[in-house]
Amino acid sequence: MAASLARVATVPSSRSIPHIIYSDGHRQIQKSLSQLIEKEINVNVDEWERQSIFPAHTVFRKLGRLGVFGANKPTKYGGLGLDFSYSCAISETMGSIHCGAIPMAVSVQSDMATPALSLFGSEYLKNEFLTPSISGELVSCIAVSEPGAGSDVAGIKTFAHRNNGGDWVLNGHKMWITNGGQADWACVLANTNNEGGIHRNKSLFCVRLDSPGVHRNTSSIRKFGMHSSDTAEIFFDDVIVPSANLIGEEGRGFFYQMMQFQDERLVTVAVSLEPLQRCLDLTMEYTRERKSFGKSISDNQVVQFRLAEMKIELESLRALLYRAVTERIQGSDVTLLASMAKLKCGRLSREITDTCLQYHGGYGFTWDCPITRMHRDLRLFSIGAGTDEMMLSIVSRHLLSK
Amino acid sequence: MRVLVGVKRVVDYAVKVRVKPDKTGVITEGVQHSINPFDEIALEEAVKLKEKKAATEVVAFSMGGPKCQEVLRTALAKGADKAIHIEVPDADASKLEPLHVARALKKIIENDKFDAVFLGKQAIDDDANQTGSLIAGILDWPQALYASKVEPDGKYLKVTREIDGGLDTIKVSLPAVLSADLRLNEPRYATLPNIMKAKKKPLEKKSAKDLGIDVTPQTKVLEVSEPPVRQAGGFVDDVSALITKLKEKGFIKA
Ligand SMILES: Cc1cc2nc3c(=O)[nH]c(=O)nc-3n(C[C@H](O)[C@H](O)[C@H](O)COP(=O)(O)OP(=O)(O)OC[C@H]3O[C@@H](n4cnc5c(N)ncnc54)[C@H](O)[C@@H]3O)c2cc1C
Repeated sequence: MAASLARVATVPSSRSIPHIIYSDGHRQIQKSLSQLIEKEINVNVDEWERQSIFPAHTVFRKLGRLGVFGANKPTKYGGLGLDFSYSCAISETMGSIHCGAIPMAVSVQSDMATPALSLFGSEYLKNEFLTPSISGELVSCIAVSEPGAGSDVAGIKTFAHRNNGGDWVLNGHKMWITNGGQADWACVLANTNNEGGIHRNKSLFCVRLDSPGVHRNTSSIRKFGMHSSDTAEIFFDDVIVPSANLIGEEGRGFFYQMMQFQDERLVTVAVSLEPLQRCLDLTMEYTRERKSFGKSISDNQVVQFRLAEMKIELESLRALLYRAVTERIQGSDVTLLASMAKLKCGRLSREITDTCLQYHGGYGFTWDCPITRMHRDLRLFSIGAGTDEMMLSIVSRHLLSK
Repeated sequence: MRVLVGVKRVVDYAVKVRVKPDKTGVITEGVQHSINPFDEIALEEAVKLKEKKAATEVVAFSMGGPKCQEVLRTALAKGADKAIHIEVPDADASKLEPLHVARALKKIIENDKFDAVFLGKQAIDDDANQTGSLIAGILDWPQALYASKVEPDGKYLKVTREIDGGLDTIKVSLPAVLSADLRLNEPRYATLPNIMKAKKKPLEKKSAKDLGIDVTPQTKVLEVSEPPVRQAGGFVDDVSALITKLKEKGFIKA
């Protein structure tokens, strides 16, 4: 049964029935990207994980040359000018990297720090920040969370006020910022007025991180997983941000960020599918080969049923993601679908990695077992990009407002 | 110089191939396929020559079932200007032999002028290593096989070949047939913008019948079987224990 369970929907090429959202073009892009991942990234992952850092500029330049950062960004800025299904396809393939940190770093640049800039940024800002980020020359990060405000985004304290010259003076403390140590610039959410109320008093900025007054700390955060990810604390101490670096309109930052969050959540789900399938594949293989009481572990119906059930859940998550992506392309507000999918992704990431670890027995508890890294890394999916509880509160708000 | 490059669609090198239960071949259904890696190297060399202005046009060619178009699209994304697909029904594709492919190449070259044919030295599925020599023979063109370095030189190609114990440098006059060895170059990745642009490049489709090529098989596969499973080994403590064991098993004389 294990063989027939494997790879229901992940088989690339050779399919004759059209995929619900992917064309041959998507498949070709995925294939070229997986070749680069196999030859240039996966061979280094173990070393980077050991060093607790990966060289973001080197890796991003390679990926940028391939063209992964701008699937749905305009060609004028070096993007591919395609729809979001291509972003989804690329993220899915990023999941074949043998750790969670690098796919996360990549999606920060492609779908978390840049969507608002691409949609609302001025020509000047896009030339300055978007184009070199799409080409992989610059590394970016998204700075929203703070020590005192994670789930409660509206409660951030970072503040920017205008000086006499019309530029902004930025003060504050951002926390947990992925790519933060190596990034050249940050998309920063800050309060910019005292009048509008918590949803109308915020703005988004492109901030160069070599500006005077920017301090970063990467050494004090020792993480449970995502070891090669570069997680930083960033301090802004009277940092002058030119007035031209405001994204879109002053006071609209919260709305822009809420919009950005939807792409962030969808790509997070897309990135999770490959490693979760890999967990199941590895477990099917292991339980088929490992014998106890004179038969394979996978000959026990309890094991078969658990694996079958998790596979069903994974395929349901995939279907929900593809539906959300389809509606996103059609221009609908996908907050509800994206939140549902993100919740399911967090839940399944815990359930699948934990159960698969269990079926590996003592070996499952070792550092060498590939399941353990996924167990640690994917655990973040219930916290980052909005916690499970936040997803539940968004979904219940939608339900109860009906 | 116009270069015709052969790209064969084969089971991807990273796939662990499995023999079909009826032993008539290997399982290809639902299995990842790619351009034969040696053909990818041949293509890269042709594209590089074009970038150096030593070649004017690169045309990719593939013979096989309908899915060969996938590898041709990849070839276009990697820099070929156009593609030609000689289509045979899927059922016949696995029975194609190097001679059939060489005949098809000859037809194409008769219809359209080319100065060189670049191929991989062999395909990783059947490892036949014949198409290059066959097409050179049929056309009566010089051949430069197992190229590890190619330098265009007017009406000639200077080609370095890896041979046992050293390097062999030859000069062939154009038109010529060249086959690529592993160390000739490192093929590029198809970039995503080029993959999208390749959709607009011309891909010509002809059937083997249209070309009037005889593809009757000359060989018959009797059986395909898995290599024998390796038995688990044992450990010995030292050399004398090893010798005792070898004697026991009768591998060395007592
Ligand atoms: C490795 C890593 C990378 C990250 N990368 C980034 C990044 O690049 N950029 C960025 O801006 N942020 C980043 N974050 C921050 C992340 O988004 C936050 O950690 C997350 O949003 C949770 O915020 P918090 O840590 O402040 O937890 P809190 O908001 O303090 O929540 C603690 C717990 O309480 C629950 N909770 C809170 N409020 C409620 C409520 N009203 N009802 C029920 N339960 C509630 C939460 O769900 C959670 O379980 C990253 C975090 C990590 C760990």
